[in-house]
Amino acid sequence: MVELLLILVSTIFVNNFVLARFLGICPFLGVSKKVETALGMGMAVTFVMTIAAVVTWFIQYFILVPFGIEYLQTIAFILVIASLVQLVEMVIQKTSPALYQSLGIFLPLITTNCAVLGLAVLNIQKELNFLESIVFAVGAALGFTLAMVLFAGLRERLDLCPVPKCFQGTAIALVTAGLLSLAFMGFAGLVKG
Amino acid sequence: MLEAVLSIGGIGLLAALALGGAAKKFAVAVDPRELEILDVLSGANCGACGYPGCSAYAKAVANGEASPALCTPGGQGTIDKIAAIMGVAAEQAVPQVAVVVCQGDNRKAKSKYQYLGIQDCNAAQKLAGGPKTCPGGCLGLGTCVRACPFGAIEITADGLAVISRDKCTGCQKCVAVCPRQVIKMSPRVATVHVLCNSHDKGAEVRKYCEVGCIACQICKKSAPDAYQIEGLLAQVVYEHHDQAAVAVAKCPTKCIRDFSQGYPEGSRFVAGAASSGQHAA
Repeated sequence: MVELLLILVSTIFVNNFVLARFLGICPFLGVSKKVETALGMGMAVTFVMTIAAVVTWFIQYFILVPFGIEYLQTIAFILVIASLVQLVEMVIQKTSPALYQSLGIFLPLITTNCAVLGLAVLNIQKELNFLESIVFAVGAALGFTLAMVLFAGLRERLDLCPVPKCFQGTAIALVTAGLLSLAFMGFAGLVKG
Repeated sequence: MLEAVLSIGGIGLLAALALGGAAKKFAVAVDPRELEILDVLSGANCGACGYPGCSAYAKAVANGEASPALCTPGGQGTIDKIAAIMGVAAEQAVPQVAVVVCQGDNRKAKSKYQYLGIQDCNAAQKLAGGPKTCPGGCLGLGTCVRACPFGAIEITADGLAVISRDKCTGCQKCVAVCPRQVIKMSPRVATVHVLCNSHDKGAEVRKYCEVGCIACQICKKSAPDAYQIEGLLAQVVYEHHDQAAVAVAKCPTKCIRDFSQGYPEGSRFVAGAASSGQHAA
């Protein structure tokens, strides 16, 4: 039980997927202009990451390993993730057209997003068992959402500040992201590994 | 080998079945008119209608938010087709073309300095206001050429931008990127233009350009309704463009040009189909 809690804390704060591992920067910068879209994207990623973790775990230990075809890991994982993202896209388009419009191109970009594939591969690398990998996935997604929402809040305020012309737009956003990443380094050492 | 093929194939098949089922369950109804309109549009995604791309415009028209007449690059033909799909009467759009109102290429106009930087007009403009002495003249570095989705602009050998009246569809992308605002929109039927963009006094203009407007008012005197002098610069009043041709020969600096008689010196474009108002939809 404590193990799972430690995994949760570790993935959300200490080894945050975006701010410490630098995975998933594309949607991080692309969808974080408003807090609502950031939250929506975070929820979509949470759904994809959790299901992806479950399905890929099964595929790895029940199909790839027994038949000795671990080298197909990347292809098989991407296949699963791509289908999941398509599913999420369809569901969002039907249930919340407004969110679908505001996420735009970034929704299918979750597919090629290294955060999701990174999560699946890390699960296997760390040799986590089924329950641990689910918790890892949930933690990673929550960490991703947290980073995005924090960043979106910062960016909304930045819009109202007098930023020098050469820094306006993406430039100041990247500087802010770096500072946020530095801030999260304060959690380093909280949990071992 | 077999296991590899079977397992990846199996996963793919399962995913396909699941997605197929989901597609049926989560189907979103798309207005068929939207697809028909998208078919009719040119697909250039130029944004002249004010919408981000042709699919966004098609959607807006199908919803009834946008008028069918906003696709000026598509021409009257496209507007008529869209109106037919929507079942409304077609509006008559006034076709417009862009004109570079400058004839001051490197041989005719002086430069402040020799520019060796990035060959982009916006970049050059940041450097002490651009290499050309004239504050309003064309820099000829080709930013507009790159912005034009229809390939209608060329830079002559002497560094002047010229726009082909046949190929221009009036999307206004070039107008937006030009740092000198030397590209102006005009009705397609108007072929006579004053090709100068400098509001400086005549004596000043003569110092830096052989073909600049000196606001001598001779054009206005010969065709009072067709010309107006504003801020020491003559301009054609396009409502009376048909009366403007008489001043072309009278202008002392030869800055007024009738495009139906030919394009500025150095241009490869040929006048002729220019004023017929027809172009590929």
